[in-house]
Amino acid sequence: MRILFSSPVQCGILNLMNFKSILSQLNIFTQCKRYGLPLWQCPHFLFLVMGLIIAITALISYAIATRYVADPQLVALMVMIITAILFIIAVIITRSFERLTEANRMKSEFVSVVSHQLRSPLSNLRWAIELLMSGRLGKIEEKQTEYFKILKENSARMGELVSDLLIVSRIETAKLPLKKQEFSLEDLINNLIKEFEPFAKASNVEIKFEPEKNLPKVFSDPSQLRLVIENLLDNAIRYVREKGQVEIKLKKRDKDLYFEIKDTGVGIPREDQKYIFQKFFRSENILRYQTQGSGLGLYISKAIVERSGGKIGFKSEEGKGSTFWFTIPIK
Amino acid sequence: MKKVLFIEDESALQKTFGDILKQEGYEMISALDGETGTRLAKAQKPDLILLDLILPRVNGFEVLKKLKGDKETKDIPVIVLTNLEGIGDVEKAIELGATTYLVKAQYSLEEVVQKIKQALGE
Repeated sequence: MRILFSSPVQCGILNLMNFKSILSQLNIFTQCKRYGLPLWQCPHFLFLVMGLIIAITALISYAIATRYVADPQLVALMVMIITAILFIIAVIITRSFERLTEANRMKSEFVSVVSHQLRSPLSNLRWAIELLMSGRLGKIEEKQTEYFKILKENSARMGELVSDLLIVSRIETAKLPLKKQEFSLEDLINNLIKEFEPFAKASNVEIKFEPEKNLPKVFSDPSQLRLVIENLLDNAIRYVREKGQVEIKLKKRDKDLYFEIKDTGVGIPREDQKYIFQKFFRSENILRYQTQGSGLGLYISKAIVERSGGKIGFKSEEGKGSTFWFTIPIK
Repeated sequence: MKKVLFIEDESALQKTFGDILKQEGYEMISALDGETGTRLAKAQKPDLILLDLILPRVNGFEVLKKLKGDKETKDIPVIVLTNLEGIGDVEKAIELGATTYLVKAQYSLEEVVQKIKQALGE
C-alpha cells in the first residue's frame, strides 16, 4: 500500500514523525530497555563509550603529534582513518545485534502463536476423551479403557508441553507480569503436596514437609510460585529410582523465605550441572530413566524466582540425590 | 428446562458440551459466531451464556460488551470459556461483566460442568 502526502502540512507531520523516530533511536536508555539489557551490557551504550574514547584518543594524539612530531597533519590523518574504520565496524556490530534480537523476538512470537493454536484442538481432544471415559455415552470395555488412558495421558503431556512453551515465550517477550498479593507459602506447599500425593505414592516416594513455626506471609505472585514449586516437586519425585524420600523445608532468613527440597533421586552429573537451568536441557543420566519431560521446568522456575526478586540454586551428587532451593522476599 | 447458550466457533466443543449438558438436563443453544450469539441471547433469553473470546467477525469482548449493554440480556450470567490468557484479558472480561473466567487448558470437562451448575444456582 502506498500513501501519498499531498499537502505541506502532511509532509511536515511526516518529517516530524521521522525526526521523532530518529530521536528515539538516539535515546540509548530507551533502546537498552527495549532489549532488556543493563547499560553496561548494552551495545548502544558501549558504542557511545567507545566513540567517546576514540574521540578523546584522537584529540590527545593530535595534541602530542603537534608537539613532538614533524608532520602532525599526517599523524592526525592516520588517526582519523583508523577512527573511521573502527566506527564502521562498531556500526556493523550494532546492526547485527539488532537483527539477532529481532530474530529472537520473532522466534518467541512464533512459539507463542503456535502454542496458542495448538491449545484449542488439545482442549477439544482432552474433553472428548474425558466424556468418552466417563461412560456417559455408553459403557466402555476394559480393553478400550486401556487405550483411552493412553490417549488421555498423551494429550495431557502435549497440553503440559504447550503450556510450558507458552510460559517460555511470555518470559522471553516480557509478557509474564507478576500479579503480587499477600499469601501463605506454607499453605501453598501443603496444597501442592496433597495434589502430588497420588503421584508420590505410585512412585514409592514419601514426602516430608517441615516448615518453621510462625512463618510470615509473602507478597508475591502465588500462581507463578506455584509453578516453581510444582516443577521442583515433580522433578524430585520423578527422578527417584524405585523408592525414596523427598524432604521440604521452609524457613525465614532475614528478609526472605527460604525454600528447600531434598530428594534421594538419581542426582545430576557434575559435567551437566552448569547447564541445568538452560532451556530444553535434559541431563544424560535422566534420559536413561525418564523419557518424559521437556527440559523447560527449571528454566521457567529460575526466570520466575529471579523476576520475583529471589535467588535459586542447587547442589547435587550423581547417584545420591539433589537439593534445590530458592529464596523469595517477604515484602 | 434451563437453557444454556454456547457461543463458540469450535464445532467439536459444541458437540461435546451439547452431549454433556443434555445429560445434565439442560437445553443447549449453539452459536458459532459472535453476531449469532448476541442475536440468540436476545431472542431466546437463556439462563446462562458460555462465551469463547476468540470468535470470527465479532470477538468475545465485543459480544460481552453488547450483552451487558442491552437491558434485555444484561442480567444473564456469562461464563467466559477460552484459551486466551494475555495480559489483562481476565481483568477486562470481569470488568465488562463476566461472572467467571475459565481457561480451557486448566480445567477438566467435569470441572467446567460444575461451574456451569454453580452459575445456574444448582
